Amino acid sequence: MATVTTAAPRIAVPGVLKHPVLRKLLLLALAAAVLVPLANARWASGSWPAALTVDFSDQLTKASVWIIDNRDSHPLFVYFFGHISNAVVICVRAVYLVLLAAGWAGVTAAASLIAWRVAGRRLAAGTGAAFLACGFLGMWIPTMQTLALMVVAVLASVVVGALLGLAAGLSDRMDRILRPVLDTMQVLPAYAYLLPVVLVFGMGVPAAVLATVVYAAPPMARLTALGLRGADKEVLEAVESLGATARQRLLTARIPLASKELLLGLNQTIMMALSMAVIASVIGAGGLGDRVYQALGSVDVGAALAAGIPIVLLAVVLDRVTGAAGEGLGEEPQPNGRARWGYALAAAVVVAVAGRLAGRLDWPDTWTLNIAEPVNRAVDWMTDHLYSGVPVIGGTADWAAHFTTWVLDPVRDTLQWLPWWSVLLIVAALAWLIGTWRTALTAVLAMTAIGVLGVWTPSLDTLSQVLAAVAVTLLLGFATGIAAARSDRVERLLRPVLDVFQTMPQFVYLIPVVALFGVGRAPAVAAAVVYALPAVVRITTQGLRQVDQAALESARSLGATPAQQLRQVQLPLARPALLLAVNQGVVLVLAVVIIGGLVGGGALGYEVVAGLAQGDLATGLVAGAAIVCLGLMLDRVTQPTERRAKKGA
Amino acid sequence: MRLRTRRTRASRTTAVVAGVSSLALLTGCGAADMTKQASPFANAQGAKTVTLSVQSWVGAQANVAVAQYLLEHELGYRVDTVQIDEVPAWDALSQGRVDALMEDWGHPEEEQRYVKDKKTIVPGGDLGVTGHIGWYVPTYFAKQHPDVTDWKNLDKYADRMRTAESGGKGQLMDGSPSYVTNDKALVDNLDLDYQVVFAGSEAAQITQIKQFAKEKKPFLTYWYSPQWLFKKVPMTEVKLPEYKEGCDADPEKVACAYPHTPLQKYLNADFAKTGGEAAALLKKFKWTTEDQNEVSLMIAEQKLSPEEAAKKWADSHESTWKAWLS
Repeated sequence: MATVTTAAPRIAVPGVLKHPVLRKLLLLALAAAVLVPLANARWASGSWPAALTVDFSDQLTKASVWIIDNRDSHPLFVYFFGHISNAVVICVRAVYLVLLAAGWAGVTAAASLIAWRVAGRRLAAGTGAAFLACGFLGMWIPTMQTLALMVVAVLASVVVGALLGLAAGLSDRMDRILRPVLDTMQVLPAYAYLLPVVLVFGMGVPAAVLATVVYAAPPMARLTALGLRGADKEVLEAVESLGATARQRLLTARIPLASKELLLGLNQTIMMALSMAVIASVIGAGGLGDRVYQALGSVDVGAALAAGIPIVLLAVVLDRVTGAAGEGLGEEPQPNGRARWGYALAAAVVVAVAGRLAGRLDWPDTWTLNIAEPVNRAVDWMTDHLYSGVPVIGGTADWAAHFTTWVLDPVRDTLQWLPWWSVLLIVAALAWLIGTWRTALTAVLAMTAIGVLGVWTPSLDTLSQVLAAVAVTLLLGFATGIAAARSDRVERLLRPVLDVFQTMPQFVYLIPVVALFGVGRAPAVAAAVVYALPAVVRITTQGLRQVDQAALESARSLGATPAQQLRQVQLPLARPALLLAVNQGVVLVLAVVIIGGLVGGGALGYEVVAGLAQGDLATGLVAGAAIVCLGLMLDRVTQPTERRAKKGA
Repeated sequence: MRLRTRRTRASRTTAVVAGVSSLALLTGCGAADMTKQASPFANAQGAKTVTLSVQSWVGAQANVAVAQYLLEHELGYRVDTVQIDEVPAWDALSQGRVDALMEDWGHPEEEQRYVKDKKTIVPGGDLGVTGHIGWYVPTYFAKQHPDVTDWKNLDKYADRMRTAESGGKGQLMDGSPSYVTNDKALVDNLDLDYQVVFAGSEAAQITQIKQFAKEKKPFLTYWYSPQWLFKKVPMTEVKLPEYKEGCDADPEKVACAYPHTPLQKYLNADFAKTGGEAAALLKKFKWTTEDQNEVSLMIAEQKLSPEEAAKKWADSHESTWKAWLS
């Protein structure tokens, strides 16, 4: 979801690089020759030396106890956090009551009419169908609860994001200060900060909304800043020469010019907020996420899917509608646009009132489809027949066992066997080769922080899972992406599948992956691959398709076979996109590490989940911080510097 | 120039003041009471509602399903349920975000804090069900190798319990991180050739147990009763060194079995006072392990919705729940 689909051109000639590479390596070797014996003499241990760790658990535990003891009386809570919390509750309640009062007919009508005005007839029909489907699945009330939560969370995220983006877009200094903050907000696993948010704002909806803001505001902020910075210089100068004040310039020129980016920001924010809807259910936010989560308790994939589908439908509808709105921006406004909005509004009100008068506010109980049973039967059949004893290829459980023994174990054992300083050296070398000394420094510091936090061993375990998952994702993703780039038909068929993969709450496929791969790290890797694959496929396809047609033509005229074209023209030219795909693969895989903890992945993911489950601030936050550091390090090691300057969302 | 900056600053201040005051208006001026925070979805459309917390295991779902059914059909309440882990549920209960917790397995620290010190939570009495945690092997395996049911013989079977995850040792599968467990210490202190593998969630653990059972494979798992899965996959408890009062006081040195715990209910203090018929019903709610398992099995195995399961049970056990209403 947090995918960047803009690929910047990269000008790097390997021949010229050779020299600096050698120089960098030599310098690093020199530094290592001096530092390693020193470090080794003092702290000679394979794992991170205990002398170099700082234990924060005491302070963190004290902090959480202090919050619990003072929450009902301290002015900070009574006069500040308490009001925020109550305001959130009141807003969500207001939206919820409006949605209930409109009834199912009114809500469906209003949603389709808005879609009609913003995005045209086809999407209007789709929106209507999506809402009706939520009803048919027996999920009307939970859908409305989630929708109420989403409306408030998205509005808050947009306001916060736009304000941050405004600051970053207008001032270079703020931009520099905010960038790492936004990075952290996005990489920090939501699970890790759920507990502090819960402690401060109270269980349930307020905490859910605020946690969502933390997660969903960054894309809005980034795209706002990008839009403001990208505004056409000439237009700005023209406006300035007309004697406009700074504020007029901003309101009349810069913001309208950035409206495309603003809408894209809104779109990204909505998608990210929806993906939080399920995670927020573990702190009692209610709605669809809670239904998914409760279904898990009785190991009922069908029921989880019935609650997961409305989330997917909401996500797809909102994505398409806001996307269409963004595309329609540059066009001439229709002559009687305002009148049509009027009609739409009137029609929605008529339907709502009619529904009310007919006494049909609640979704009729008899109008539901039970999909849980057939789905469960399908899942049972699949796991019965694939789990083990399949002739020749062996069952999924055997694959998982082989994958664990032959791939995960060796990678983990190697990483954990490497002396700590050599891990730092490898990280430094990789980051320096692909970036500057600054990138290398950041990466090494991130790795050092992991050691200092005292979670070196579990972090390397997590790292080994991430590396394995990324490798599998890239293998599958590149292959699928190439196929999709060569055939429009494949791409069309893939699109809905990728949409579902990307928006289906991960909780839904938790049980199927365990049923197929058994408890352990293998299902964790499988879950991560499912989640990260769509982005990698999309970026690869787009990158390959954008390859200069002229270059392809000339290759073809020289008689290159399709395979040669792919290998010698398309892949090299699409390199920036492929690198971006690697980077996004890493980031997304890391986002699912927590889910891995729920299926036996152990390591950091488990610790974060355990921290929340046991109300243990220290365990959860430290493991969460380690995941952030891993993310930072992996990002620096996989992302060439010149792109970062142009990175959008 | 100066004039303009001052004006913008003034208008910015106005905006801030307006924002803050509207926030204050919205929430009611003055102090915000953090101890009274009902769910925004409660009391919608003027119905009297109760919010119950559900824990992830099916037994807890069964309690809530039956309580919900009776509250809705006998007393005319609307019931909201939210699923939360145990420790956060105590926090939510203290703030009034949920009204009752139907099944607690013992959280002395939270009891001290909320029941004794802050008095925001009151005990709601016994649930009538006794909980017990232990180590279990499948009965089909125990029948073939009767001596596996004593911890002293576990090492003999370690290599049969081996999986890819357990790294050369036998696998002892643990479940959700929210459950009370001493297993790591137990394995160390009893010097067993086993590795604790955390399934990470009960759903994952049940799925894995079912897969093992389908293939009649031996396994060793942390499990607990009452639990509906025993009806599907019969399991036999492995005898650990006997539990004595206080033998689990030091989490590092535990070398004894888990205790038998009479499960408890807890209510939010305000709700207990003002909750009327609903609070009275929840306080009197008391049933047997068999009752709970009956409902659990309907939910988890026959895939009935909790409501249907509760209705089925209520229809055939009228005398039991009639007593809770009086």
